[in-house]
This record gives sequence, structure tokens and C-alpha cells, in this order.
Amino acid sequence: MSKEKGLETICITTGPTEVGDYVTLNIGPIHPAMHGTLRVITQTDGETVISAKPEIGYLHRGVEKLGENLTYSQFLPMTDRLNYCSAICNNVAYEMAVEKLLGIEVPPKAQLIRMIMMELARIADHQVCVGILGVDLGALTPFFYLIIQREEIYEIFEWHHGARLTNSMGAIGGVEADLPDRFHEKWPKMRDTIRRANDETDSLLTHNRIWMDRTIGVNAFCGDDALDWGFTGPMLRACGVRRDLRKDEPYLMYDKVDFEVPVGKHGDVFDRYMVRMLEMEESVKIIDQAYALYKELPDDAPLMKKMPKIIRPPEGQIYHAIESPNGELGFFIKSDGSDKPYRIKIRPPCYMVYQAFEDLVKGEMISDLIACLSSLNVIAGELDR
Amino acid sequence: MADWQIDLIKVVFIWAWALLIAVVMTWVERRASAMMQDRLGPNRAGPFGLLQPLADGIKLFTKEDIIPERARKILFILGPILFALPAFSTYAVVPFGDKIVIGGKEIILQVSDVNIGFLYVLALSAIAVYGMVIGGWASNSKYSILGGLRATAQLISYEVPMGLALLTIVLLYGTFSLREIVLQQQGTFLGFLPNWGFFKQPVGFIIFLVAAYAEANRVPFDLPECESELVTGYHTEYGSMRLGLYLFGEYVNLVALSAITVSLFFGGWALPYVDMGKFLGPVSYGIASFLVFFLKQAFFLFLFVWVRWTVPRFRYDQLMGLGWKALIPLGLVNLFVTALLVQLTT
Repeated sequence: MSKEKGLETICITTGPTEVGDYVTLNIGPIHPAMHGTLRVITQTDGETVISAKPEIGYLHRGVEKLGENLTYSQFLPMTDRLNYCSAICNNVAYEMAVEKLLGIEVPPKAQLIRMIMMELARIADHQVCVGILGVDLGALTPFFYLIIQREEIYEIFEWHHGARLTNSMGAIGGVEADLPDRFHEKWPKMRDTIRRANDETDSLLTHNRIWMDRTIGVNAFCGDDALDWGFTGPMLRACGVRRDLRKDEPYLMYDKVDFEVPVGKHGDVFDRYMVRMLEMEESVKIIDQAYALYKELPDDAPLMKKMPKIIRPPEGQIYHAIESPNGELGFFIKSDGSDKPYRIKIRPPCYMVYQAFEDLVKGEMISDLIACLSSLNVIAGELDR
Repeated sequence: MADWQIDLIKVVFIWAWALLIAVVMTWVERRASAMMQDRLGPNRAGPFGLLQPLADGIKLFTKEDIIPERARKILFILGPILFALPAFSTYAVVPFGDKIVIGGKEIILQVSDVNIGFLYVLALSAIAVYGMVIGGWASNSKYSILGGLRATAQLISYEVPMGLALLTIVLLYGTFSLREIVLQQQGTFLGFLPNWGFFKQPVGFIIFLVAAYAEANRVPFDLPECESELVTGYHTEYGSMRLGLYLFGEYVNLVALSAITVSLFFGGWALPYVDMGKFLGPVSYGIASFLVFFLKQAFFLFLFVWVRWTVPRFRYDQLMGLGWKALIPLGLVNLFVTALLVQLTT
């Protein structure tokens, strides 16, 4: 493909090149199916993927380094920009890590509000993921049913703390506001509409022959491999490993609520889809129970622990992880006793999943590569930080 | 009026009519999909947004026409034309009404009653493939060429079952002329069923319908475009009105395919059980038959939209599997059984 040969030169050669007799197909970072700015360099033999090398870093903003120059409270809005589909989970994970470092426990009411908001965020995240998976497989309609419900959830976020996408909810030591009044009327109605949207999606997709053909058995992954690669969250559970930090290492008040952990069997796209669909249902149950617990508390129960104006944790280091919609989201913080963290390291669930991408898609077809990527729910903001 | 003048009027009329339906179809597609997805769809330009296609057309015409530097220029320009023209030409043999008597002259509502109308339809649908393949290849982009390759494989493998399904119709009615076939579908058989190809040849109809969806490049068979994998497939590099021709040609194709479906399997312009000619005047009968044909056609056009927004898309190998492993054997068996029945009953 040299310029000297003139315009008639054909760029596409299938002849021998240094990589073998394959076509190099560069998918992304600007491509409709590469959510955000992901990039995969694939070698294809016809429609079959011979190799797929993910390239990351197109959304790298140096969040971790920025953390070293911001005070503990100032860093909170940075966490919104990790997994922007469920920013609240990032906020809470970070707040809880700092609180653990400080050795304080937030008031029960704040814990319950955090739980309710996090589960709402989880539903919103899964709705987007399932919807996008449908879009990438050619079924556009369920996406709209789900996204309308996500808007309703965002409305609640807006009432509570003013923001819809980048929430920056709460603060170190608690949450800033009580559940909004409108939440009390909204939730009973919303619970039904969320379930209805899920049912509609379910009836359009789950037992659809084409959907089953496209997802069942597509990049199946076994549990041992998944553990070796460091999978967590729905991805790991779809492979048949029952691991959920909310159950295994309960934080907040997850030990006081009763919920199931849905587990798949084959780790294929269909199982990932089903696990997410079922988790939404479980999240609705968790919110119901947390809301009942919340109701038992007096109206004037404290929301915030009394905190100093500038937070100076004692010297030391801490790692705290929560079950974010994508899996284990951990914050490692090292403090040198000053008002700024010495080092912040984020363990994003996507990163561990995305590194196995080539193993997942090798030998499958280009269409499966796209389906796989959407089912992984890789969020570039979280991946590149 | 001389015959050639009448023919000219018919040609211009049906060309404008097909164009109009296709234009309105783009609006219907967007409004209907919006209806199914809890959205509003385009509703700003004109009443109910009906002028939206016009606005889109103006936009496409006024956009800069870009031909990529490394594209093969002549072929690049030829592609969209090759795609859109056959779709229009198919309409030439479609009997869009029975006949109308004006000034004592009987006019058959069909541009040309070719006695091999059938083969003409098949041949033209095969030419349309070249539009996609050439467009995809001339763009000199990997996504485009993948789209073009998919189009080739898909359309060749779905032409075979389509041909097999159509052959059964030929066996049943013993003619290649579309008008003759429609005329033979009048009346009833077994006492109550309309004499339609659909009732006589249900398997053939299903094969034909599936193949028609594949021919039209619609979900679940829209692999050559496949916006989530191949960006937009064979027309990735196109812009301006060239892109418009591709998009628009698809709708003209739908109009033509649904017209063929109605003529072959659903009695064309005739109503079942009722002979409109008996109680309608010669002019009003012509118009009524035209409207009946259009209503039946509109149903199939809507079916295209309905299916598109309901089901996901096949994968390339599954699509080929369906064609070669299911539809072609089924079509062959169907053809054999039909031939046997025709032989035994006549």
C-alpha cells in the first residue's frame, strides 16, 4: 500500500505479509461497537478471528496520579469518571476505603441509603449492558425499554444529590441528604416498571431462536480459567463460580438482607446475559428490604458522622473492595498522614476481564467478537483510568 | 391516444408511484419503529413529520460528495446506481391492477406483460447484488469489502431457495407471466379457500418470504450492512446522495419484493370471494383493483418493518447454514411434492 504506485493501488492484500496470510482488521478506537474508546487489532481469516490484541489507554487520564495531588474529599468526583454507568458504586467504594483507613463507621441510615442507591446504580448498569448487547446483536428494541427505566432511576439520583450521570454521591463519613420525599411514592411504582421492562426484554430475547443461536456456547469460559485470569462479578458467576463480595465479605448492611447470587454454568454470552438479568431482579429485592430497614429508623437519625474539615488519616495503607456491577472494585490507599493520599491504586474489574479478551474470542467469528465485547461490559473509563 | 403514449404514461406513473411509496416507507419505518420502542420518531417536519423524507433528501443532495482517494472511481460511482436501478425495473412487470377502461380503450394496469416476467424478476434481483459487491470492493476499505463479500455469499445462497419456491408457483399455474398467475388465482378451491398461491403453496411461501428478507438485506439478514460489526458494511465509505441511493434503493427493493409477494401468493389485485368487476364501473373497477393491490402490498411492507424491530441478527455462518441446510432441501422436497401432485391431478 505504498503511495508511489498511485491511487489504483489496492490497500487490502490477502497475500503473505509478515504476520501470515491473514487480513489485519483494526477495530476501534472509533467504531460503533467499541463502547467508548476500546481498540482491538485482529487478524482475520475470512470471518474467523485468528488473533485479537486489545490495545488500551485511549481514555487514560491519570486518575490515580491526580489523586496524589488532591485532598481526600477532592478526589471523590474523580471516581465518578471510572465506571460512568454506575458512578455511585465507585463513590461509595472510595468513601468506604477512606473510612476504613480512618477507622470510623458511618451511621446506619447512611449505610442503608448507600445500599439503596448502589443497587439502583447496579440495575442501571446492567440495563445498559443488556441493552447494548441486544443492540450489538441487531435487536434494537429492548434497548429502549431498558433505557427508559434507566432514565427513571437517574431521576431518583437527580432528586437525591442533583446529578444524573456523574453522581459524586455522599461524602467521607456518610451521605449528604436523606432519601428524597418523592422516592417514597416513586419506588413502589418503579419496582413494577423495572420488572416489566425486564420481562419485555426477556420475552423478546431469551427464548428467541436467533438470540439463542447467537449467544449460547459463544466464547464459553470455564471457571478455573476465569479465576486464573482474575475474573470477578457477573463474568465469574456466569462461569459457575459463586463469588459475590456482598455475600462473602459483607459490607454495609448486606448481611441483614436476603438475596440470591445467580450463577451460570458455561460462561458463555448467554449465561452472562442471564446472570445480569437475574441480578437486576435480586437488586430489586435488596432495595425493598433495605427500604424496609430504613423505614424502621427514626426520621431524625443522623446521616453523617462528625468529620473534621480536612481529613488527615493516620499513616498506613488500606485496601477495600466492594461488589460493583462489573465485579470487584477495589481502592488501595496509602496515607502518609497528610491531607493528600500518598498513593491511590484502583483495581477495576474490567481490566482483569479485558486481559483475557484474546483467549475468549480466538477462533470465533467477527460477530462473536462484538457480542463478546458487549457482554463483558468493558467500560473504558474504568479500564484506562 | 396511441399505444406508446399510454405505455409512457404507465411507465411514468408507476415509476412515480414506486418512488412515492418508497419515500413514505422511510417515514413509516421510522415512525413505526418509534411506536414499537416507546419513542416519538420524526414529527417536526410537516404534519406528523411526513415531510421528513423530503428534508433528508435535501440534506443528502446538498452534502459534499466525497470519493475516497484510493477508491476505484468509476466503480465507486457505478455501485449505487447498479443497486437502485434494478429495484425500479422490477416494477415494470408487476401487475398493479386489473384493467381500466378510459374512452372506450381497455388499458391493462401493468407496464409490460412479459411472458417470462418471472425470470425477469429473478434476473434483476441478481443484478442488484453487483451494486453492493462493486460498491464494497471499489471503496477500498476493509469493512466495505467484508460487507460486499457477505452480500455476495448471502444473496447467491438465497437466490437458490427463492428460485425453488418460485418454480413451484410456475408448476401450479403453468405460466411465467405474472398477470396470468394473478388471473388464475381468482375464485376458490375446496369450496372455501381463495385460490391464492399462499393456500396452495404454504411451504413455498415461507421459503420465498425468508429468501425475500435475505434479498432485501433486512434484519435478521442485514449482514452486509451490520452496523455494529462492519460500521455500515458495503456503504461505509459512501456519503451524500450516493449513500442516499443505497439507503433509498433498499426501500424501493422492499416495495418491489412486497409487490411480487402479493402477485404470486395473495391474488394480486383481486379480493377473495368478491368479484369487484360485477358491481363497479369500468373506471372505478380499475381504481379499486389498484387500491386492493396497494393495501395488500402495504401489509407486507409493514411486515418488513415489524420483523426488523423485533428480532436480532443472524451470524454469517448461521445464515449460510439456514440457506443451504434448511431452505434449499426444503425447497427441493417441496418442488418434488408439488410436481408429483400436479402430475397426478392433471
